[in-house]
Amino acid sequence: MGELLHVSSSPHIRSKVTTDYLMKMVIVALMPATVAGVCFFGWKALLLVCLSVATCVATEGIYETLMHKPLTIWDGSAVITGLLLGLNLPASAPWWIPVIGGIFAILIVKQLFGGLGQNIMNPALAARCFLLLSFTGQMTNFSADGGLVKLVDTVSGATPLAAVKAGEKVDLLSLFLGNTQGTIGETSALAILIGAAFLLILKVIDWRIPCTYIGSFAIFVILFGGHGADGYYLLVQLLGGGLMLGAWFMATDYVTTPITKRGQLVYGVILGCLTGLFRIFGASAEGVSYAIIFGNLLIPVIERLTVPTAFGKGGVKHEK
Amino acid sequence: MKANSPLERLYNGIIKENPTFVLMLGMCPTLAVTTSAKNGFGMGMTTMVILALSNLMISMLRKMIPDSVRMPAYIVVVASFVTIVQFLLQGFIPSLYDSLGIYIPLIVVNCIILGRAEAYASKNGPVSSLFDGIGMGLGFTVGLTSIGIVRELIGSGKIFGMTVFNGGATIFILAPGAFFVLAMLVALQNRVKMKKDPAAAPKACDESLCAGCTNHMCASKKNAEKGGTQS
Repeated sequence: MGELLHVSSSPHIRSKVTTDYLMKMVIVALMPATVAGVCFFGWKALLLVCLSVATCVATEGIYETLMHKPLTIWDGSAVITGLLLGLNLPASAPWWIPVIGGIFAILIVKQLFGGLGQNIMNPALAARCFLLLSFTGQMTNFSADGGLVKLVDTVSGATPLAAVKAGEKVDLLSLFLGNTQGTIGETSALAILIGAAFLLILKVIDWRIPCTYIGSFAIFVILFGGHGADGYYLLVQLLGGGLMLGAWFMATDYVTTPITKRGQLVYGVILGCLTGLFRIFGASAEGVSYAIIFGNLLIPVIERLTVPTAFGKGGVKHEK
Repeated sequence: MKANSPLERLYNGIIKENPTFVLMLGMCPTLAVTTSAKNGFGMGMTTMVILALSNLMISMLRKMIPDSVRMPAYIVVVASFVTIVQFLLQGFIPSLYDSLGIYIPLIVVNCIILGRAEAYASKNGPVSSLFDGIGMGLGFTVGLTSIGIVRELIGSGKIFGMTVFNGGATIFILAPGAFFVLAMLVALQNRVKMKKDPAAAPKACDESLCAGCTNHMCASKKNAEKGGTQS
């Protein structure tokens, strides 16, 4: 009888999905891209990624200890920030680039806004843009000499997007596999797609943002790219640069995406159009980072405009 | 220190009510021209000269200016001094004139100048108004120069044009850097102030200043007064 009278307040059903679980799954999903990066760019790339992860975790730990806040370095969010930042660096960057970037990402973008769940921008991307604006030379020096696999084009050091913008031809297969110049984690579309499929199957990420992002970007390129529905040009734009990494791993960051389902679709379309705008009409060949950061800032507006109608509200009043 | 004495006015302008770090006035030139220490210092000094002269003039004219048209009258006084100073700069320091650009004529509508005219010069005698203008101007100069020094040092590795180290994070010379540095310096001076005098830490709010106050504790108090919910 006593057991029947057990009283507690809601919620009564809890999900087993925790922050730790989600973060760990994302880390696992990023592994193929990391391994591919190390294969193509050598041990220097691994060193940069490790340095970036270590800096992010250490910054978070030191800040939280000094501020007497609960220690959150084991939930994996700082590791993901570090990993994404590392994958967004060119393999030829000097060692202090990931250190400065990691400190900026965690301290300024994440912790000063209140820690995980409070940051208004994706920390890894904000740090990348910070580094890109601050140390343009080091951040755009794509002249890594290749790692375990010999790179196709190690001389010119041009990323596929820059090459296409300059009117050169690139090989689609090596673009798909990742055998080309670029940042450590963005080159191998294959490895990123493996990780993304893993996350989609586990339902860690939702199809809405990446699919609308890539779809609307493709439409934008067809409409305004100046090449019409040219399959080769479209594929280079989709596979080259940071679009795949950005769409599957950075645009889907839980903290910096709209909660509402319609909002996520709107967010994806905005990202696609912005990326297209920056890539085609901008001075630089790449535009994913700025597009996602800009989209992050629009999220409060998107959420406000896409609040779903509550059950029972908004119906038509019937005449008696 | 006696209230309204010249010395007290200088202390008030530079430390107690520093326009940049405490009053948060004149943010537009503060963020825009402080790309180097020299520009910040030049802007601060230019503003100080105009502020002191216009304070003096407005204080002397305060009994003649009708209350209903005081704003246009202040603007005319300030604009005359700005024009004079602008021509002097153009003639004697053309390099500073070029780098400050549009922000020199914009001193006419600088909120520190109009604010001091309205809040101080129109109510006090010429001598204390003159020193109020000098104090506020020096406070502005200190603010702009310190922001300029930090931005120039981190952004290009120089101080007043002298190379300290090579390279630097270019973003600190660009617009975002202005916000970073301003925020860091405001936080730093709040920290120093609170350490020196724990009573200065924002606790309650002064009713008379509530309208212009951004302290979140005041905001919640205002909400509570309105009968809103306090989170």
